[in-house]
Amino acid sequence: MTVSRPKFGVIVFPGSNCDHDAYYTLKHVLHQDTRFLWHKNSSLEGVDVVILPGGFSYGDYLRCGAIARFSPIMKEVISFARAGGVVLGICNGFQILCEAGLLPGALLRNECLTFVCKFVHVRVEHAATRFTSVCASGEVLEIPIAHGEGNYFADESTLDQLERNNQILFRYVEQDGSITQRANPNGSVRNIAGIVNEGGNVMGLMPHPERASDPVLGHTDGQRIFLSVMKSVVSDEYIHDYTGAERS
Amino acid sequence: MYLAKIIITLRKSILDPQGKAVHHALESLGMKSVEELRIGKFVEMKIDTPSKEEAEHITGEACKKLLANPVMEDFSFSLEKIPTG
Repeated sequence: MTVSRPKFGVIVFPGSNCDHDAYYTLKHVLHQDTRFLWHKNSSLEGVDVVILPGGFSYGDYLRCGAIARFSPIMKEVISFARAGGVVLGICNGFQILCEAGLLPGALLRNECLTFVCKFVHVRVEHAATRFTSVCASGEVLEIPIAHGEGNYFADESTLDQLERNNQILFRYVEQDGSITQRANPNGSVRNIAGIVNEGGNVMGLMPHPERASDPVLGHTDGQRIFLSVMKSVVSDEYIHDYTGAERS
Repeated sequence: MYLAKIIITLRKSILDPQGKAVHHALESLGMKSVEELRIGKFVEMKIDTPSKEEAEHITGEACKKLLANPVMEDFSFSLEKIPTG
């Protein structure tokens, strides 16, 4: 399905706090048709892309994302995702996608036990996806993280499967792109910062691309993720053909 | 009426940095014989049913569907009958 002018929906849960940042980036920096969707809605209002923003939905009670996953709108998000709809989960949104079973694995407490808020370098592992198509494979982006529970975990067989299917899209790296323990801010297995589902339409990542998108703030690497998503919904090139990666 | 006491812990294969930090603190208190320490969650739930089987079923479902995340956690529980009225 392609559209000439994609509609973006940013879900708002009680406790979301990056919803406005995501909205601002899409609406005012990238000039996209964007709306908020309250978590009690039972309709996605015909949006083409769903953003699950960062924050502390339901105060992170029980486990991060565990309760948001049962919000009325998540039923719609799950069927939208199962039907191939594009869903991007950022930080708490990534946690919610894991809790909802739309992405494998879970996000544990950071190994250092502290909340980490800083710019990190992430390497684009595969450019031939809806979420990375305007990047080059191996390109290093500088995007901030801000989380206490971003320590990605999955069992070995799941991890091997993710590697085999090219589902690991971002890894924490040094500025030069090398994978080191030091570059890993939270203890994530295999330095994983973001993954995509098997269908290639649901992606979750801990870094906040919406915080590195407005040129006024000095960093625009985050835009490249949103630009990739925009490109993927206006042209079906990346929906069926994962070989057409190019740099725009 | 039954009272379910549920214990949720990180799976054995998962590093528990919080438990490790607390363990270090106990060591610095001089409690050298404490060999391992892991931190989990405790949940109490009152279930309005006369049937122990049903209480067991409900508690198990609650754990599987919400209280514990099987990717990273294990759970166990006990049930005790509590007088009603």
